[in-house]
Amino acid sequence: MSIFVNKDTKVVVIGLTGKAGSFHAAQCKAYGTQIVAGVTPGKGGIIHDGIPVFNTVHEAVKETGADCALIFVPPPGAADAIVGSADAGIPFIVAITEGIPVLDMVWARKEVDARGVTLLGPNCPGIVTPGECKIGIVPGFIHKRGKVGIVSRSGTLTYEAVYQTTTLGLGQSTAVGIGGDPVHGLNHVDVLKRFNADPETEGIVLIGEIGGPDEQNAAKYIKEHVKKPVVAFIAGAAAPAGKRMGHAGAIVEGKSGTAQAKKEALKAAGALVAETAADIGPLMARALA
Amino acid sequence: MKLLEHEAKAVLRKCGMAVPTGKVVRSPDEVGPALTELGLTEGVLKAQVFTGGRGKAGGVKLFSGAAEGAEIVKKLIGATLVTHQTGPAGEKVGSLLLESKTAIAREIYCSILLDREANAPVLVLSAEGGMEIEEIAETQPEKILKMHPPVGHDLWSFQVLRACNFLSIAGDTAKEFATVLNQLWKVYQQYDASLLEINPLVIDKDGHVVLLDCKFIVDDNAEYRQKGLGDADADKTAAEIESAKYGLSYVSLDGTVGCMVNGAGLAMATLDLIASVGLMPANFLDVGGSANEEAVTKAFEIVLTDDKVQVILVNIFGGIMKCDIIAQGVINAARKLGVKVPIVVRLQGTNVEQGKKLLAESGLALITADGLDDAAKKVAEAAKGVNA
Repeated sequence: MSIFVNKDTKVVVIGLTGKAGSFHAAQCKAYGTQIVAGVTPGKGGIIHDGIPVFNTVHEAVKETGADCALIFVPPPGAADAIVGSADAGIPFIVAITEGIPVLDMVWARKEVDARGVTLLGPNCPGIVTPGECKIGIVPGFIHKRGKVGIVSRSGTLTYEAVYQTTTLGLGQSTAVGIGGDPVHGLNHVDVLKRFNADPETEGIVLIGEIGGPDEQNAAKYIKEHVKKPVVAFIAGAAAPAGKRMGHAGAIVEGKSGTAQAKKEALKAAGALVAETAADIGPLMARALA
Repeated sequence: MKLLEHEAKAVLRKCGMAVPTGKVVRSPDEVGPALTELGLTEGVLKAQVFTGGRGKAGGVKLFSGAAEGAEIVKKLIGATLVTHQTGPAGEKVGSLLLESKTAIAREIYCSILLDREANAPVLVLSAEGGMEIEEIAETQPEKILKMHPPVGHDLWSFQVLRACNFLSIAGDTAKEFATVLNQLWKVYQQYDASLLEINPLVIDKDGHVVLLDCKFIVDDNAEYRQKGLGDADADKTAAEIESAKYGLSYVSLDGTVGCMVNGAGLAMATLDLIASVGLMPANFLDVGGSANEEAVTKAFEIVLTDDKVQVILVNIFGGIMKCDIIAQGVINAARKLGVKVPIVVRLQGTNVEQGKKLLAESGLALITADGLDDAAKKVAEAAKGVNA
């Protein structure tokens, strides 16, 4: 079983006719994903690479029955595209765009929540259920259908975990990149819940990084609910404090934003913590042996 | 982007808030004319630096008369302030803010920043103004009030009431304080702040609210619509400024292992990998997913020309980024600038075979690694060779 998306998921690509939208829509299609529509305001009515283009998401949904939006709109219009997709009744939105102003996302997240819609991202690589569909920018060929669920805040570390589990013959049930922005949709816990309930997923890889409370919340959930083996990796132990995060961010977060605090919380919850990214696959292989 | 105090206060003043009257000075000669212009005979001189804790480091001085003021400016301009935030390298003082003195009755802590748990900005208040808020948060959390203001609207009246009750502010001062809170909330939203911190917010002897200091950070993602607030490059190194022009994400660090990676997560994990074999990274460099050959060449040039660098690790997992583009960028930069240090290259993912072939045929002396573990091992070996 896959989580969130499968071979029947019908995708509308918002920003289809742009450079990134065109390239990745074609890649997704080649992987087997059903790309049923594109949206570019002002270009409605044309066919782009065999995909019908509409002016609005509302029209695209009405005409094609799309139930997933994949967003490549540049930062100034991306929050608007997210809310527009939610308003059109799309239940699952994947926002790839990097660099959306944080206050735009505060507002968009509220609007999305109010409509009961699930948002993945922004600033994320997307989601892949091997052999069924890939929705996003992850290279498809490194995947192999199997028994490990992967949830990650980083794009390239998702690839790393996918590649290692593929090479070791474990494969993935679904790989989910939740994105690196401070305000985002699905978080670690949301995805853990789904993997925990999914019979095909035998083990879970959780990849986090410094900053924010996501990993601590995940640790709490793992301790209380997860019986499957969890391998966790936290990036950023060697990153200097304060270089990127505002100094006063520590007020809300206390000391919980450090890699050390996150690793300790996950260890205490029973997760196997990989000291370097190279250990992710081997640890999972041992846990599932 | 961080704003200096005087840049931040210019924004607050423009939005109608009470900040002390002041002027920026860059040399001792400017103190006399500044005092005359502001109608002052005495005042306070404050070093314009990004770091906190400058008061303790001697960056804030009271003075009386132009002669004493000029003496302070002479000492501080060009001096390096070392605080608990700067590390031993410190931060150089380029200018000072000359301001009127404020007759302080009370000091309050006030800030607005993103609460990542709630996915919303949070207003933070404490009666312990002028103190290290992190310390209070840890030892006396009951002395801090946090509330989430409504996006796009003034604070709710109940929030203003709670704030005044919590801080024991009443009467006309409370009315003035309520106005200031709403103005700060408006500024936070209008200017895409990620941090707006007033510490201290002062109530003066006459019961008026004065914003005595201000830390203002603008969300980097919103810089495209927030031009002209300050110098976006002021707190960056030359390499960081140069790399930003090519859409690269680069941070200068203190170690000896240069690195070039794609993706922020893998770049962070690469720093950890370097640290795991007892070495220290010289930089964080994420070339991103969509960099072209020119940008990759530039990125590798920046790493090659860093004098601290004794070993280089190129760690790429191609997704959108193609390995052959990375390889060509490495080759271009290496041919142009020459290579004086060992380079370990680990390529994986999209077009990996083309990338490896390009590197093999380039004639460059590169050390190739197969996985992350292998890369770490080879970096450690290469570093030993350099230091032997």
